[in-house]
Amino acid sequence: MNNESLAELSGVSKRYGKVVALDGMELQVRPAELLAVLGPNGAGKSTAISLMLGLQTPDAGTARLFSQSPLNLASRRHIGVMMQEVALPPELRVREHVDLVASYYPDPMTAEDALRLTRTLPLAARPYGKLSNGQKRQVQFAIAVVGRPKLLFLDEPTVGLDLAAREMMWSRLRELVRQGASIVLTTHYLEEAEALADRVVVLAKGHTIASGTVNQLRSLVGRKRITCETSLPPELVAAWPEVQTVIRDRARLHITASNSDAVVKRLAMADGNFLDLEVHRAGLAEAFTELTQAEPQSELTQEVAS
Amino acid sequence: MSATTFSIENNRTGRGEMSRAKLWHAYLTETKYECLRALRAPAFAIPFLLLPIVLYVLFGVFLAGSMSHGDPTVAKIMFVNWSVFGVMGPGMFGFGMFVASEREQGLLTLKRALPAPRGSYLLAKMIMATLFAAIVMVTLVAAAAAVGRPGLTLGQYIGVGLLDMAGSLPFCAVGLFIGTRASAKSAPAFANLAYLPFMHLGGLFYPLPRSVQPLEFISPAFYLDKLGLLFVGAPSLDQLAVGAAGPSSHVGPTMQVIVLAAVAFTFTALAIRRLARVG
Repeated sequence: MNNESLAELSGVSKRYGKVVALDGMELQVRPAELLAVLGPNGAGKSTAISLMLGLQTPDAGTARLFSQSPLNLASRRHIGVMMQEVALPPELRVREHVDLVASYYPDPMTAEDALRLTRTLPLAARPYGKLSNGQKRQVQFAIAVVGRPKLLFLDEPTVGLDLAAREMMWSRLRELVRQGASIVLTTHYLEEAEALADRVVVLAKGHTIASGTVNQLRSLVGRKRITCETSLPPELVAAWPEVQTVIRDRARLHITASNSDAVVKRLAMADGNFLDLEVHRAGLAEAFTELTQAEPQSELTQEVAS
Repeated sequence: MSATTFSIENNRTGRGEMSRAKLWHAYLTETKYECLRALRAPAFAIPFLLLPIVLYVLFGVFLAGSMSHGDPTVAKIMFVNWSVFGVMGPGMFGFGMFVASEREQGLLTLKRALPAPRGSYLLAKMIMATLFAAIVMVTLVAAAAAVGRPGLTLGQYIGVGLLDMAGSLPFCAVGLFIGTRASAKSAPAFANLAYLPFMHLGGLFYPLPRSVQPLEFISPAFYLDKLGLLFVGAPSLDQLAVGAAGPSSHVGPTMQVIVLAAVAFTFTALAIRRLARVG
């Protein structure tokens, strides 16, 4: 089982008219991992997910779900789905929605258990149309898990959730992965990917431009963030060759730099009285920005996970 | 983890096969909730449940009754014609509007991604429309027995009721086809574009002028009406007006059934094809 992909795209290309959405895409979802798929708008994330779900067919290459065609009903009985833009019928009550989707699966949990799991049991008797947007997302999460899926596709699951609800969902996702489920997550919140993902795939212009753990991706980007209190003018610091950006925030300078050691030395020489120095490794956000701004054919294309 | 009894383990070794009983359960559940939500949507339910009985009593019973001085043949024709009118609406609008808006709101895409059994969505919608047709027929039969007095036997009432329930399917199919092609905003307009000509060319409310009668053949309502009238042994309004068999009598009951079945089959097939490809 461990070498097996639950879902995969191999050599997949897809175009919409003249627009190339995916170009020779390779993507595997492995057992018991949370895979975050990141990329700027138009990178091909939605297309990649749609192809794995069988909602579209590739122009070239193959999409497989549990080693079968995604159109095969039996393979789809192992997946749960939470889509970003879906309006469920407002007339049905929450329990009824979950109960309906449970009936699609061979061995589902009860609607009550799914609602309890997602902390939405108090909403069970409410009409879906009367819920807040955040509550609707939570109910959609219950719908995604009610079939005890081996693989969950979650498209922007925490949009519109308050902090407590987001924390709840994160902890449930971790629990699901611990139990052996795999999750494919697309998100615009990079801290979400940073907090949850075992592996991150970054797409741009229909290609995979990087793939690895969060730490591997961060280390792929040499930048560091330096902040300190100094009287040096930002224009002077910005002129140093190792410095990429400088922002002044009252007495503090926020510097991103490729070589932090060199910058700290220069700081010490130029202003011996600087205070409160902090040096951080770049976060996923910085890595993401740099990766997606780089050309796909750069050295970043290589797989760093292996 | 809290006290929640949740485990995905049960499904870990399964091959994704469903027993026949579970598949049946899935189809039934889909149908149950489809009917429930349609009944809970008052904007949909009330017009289609109330309108036929109100219009039948007003026009079919009181107005036509006073104009024909209580002619039992006219009472029979009115009952059959308004029954056809009653089952057209839920089929065409139930499908046309619901499918278009659900398609636009991503519900159909979600159902395609989820392992919803094949055809369960459409089957549930068809059964919902047939159920509405049945409710309409029950109310019309009650009104007919109370005030319409078309002089039908119980068997004839039941026969017309079942015929019109089955006869709602071609209208469902046309509505479904519109729903798979039109946007939610334009679907009601397109449905009306078919509904109104079907209704008026069906010869349901008044005898059609001779010049227009050839157009009757494009309306499924015309064929369904003919079958109903044949079953209760009454002429059509056209025939009543000229006192003889009009051109419509050239189409026999077998051909009428074939035409209705062909409309139902063709438009359903076109819609299924569209939904499978685009969603």
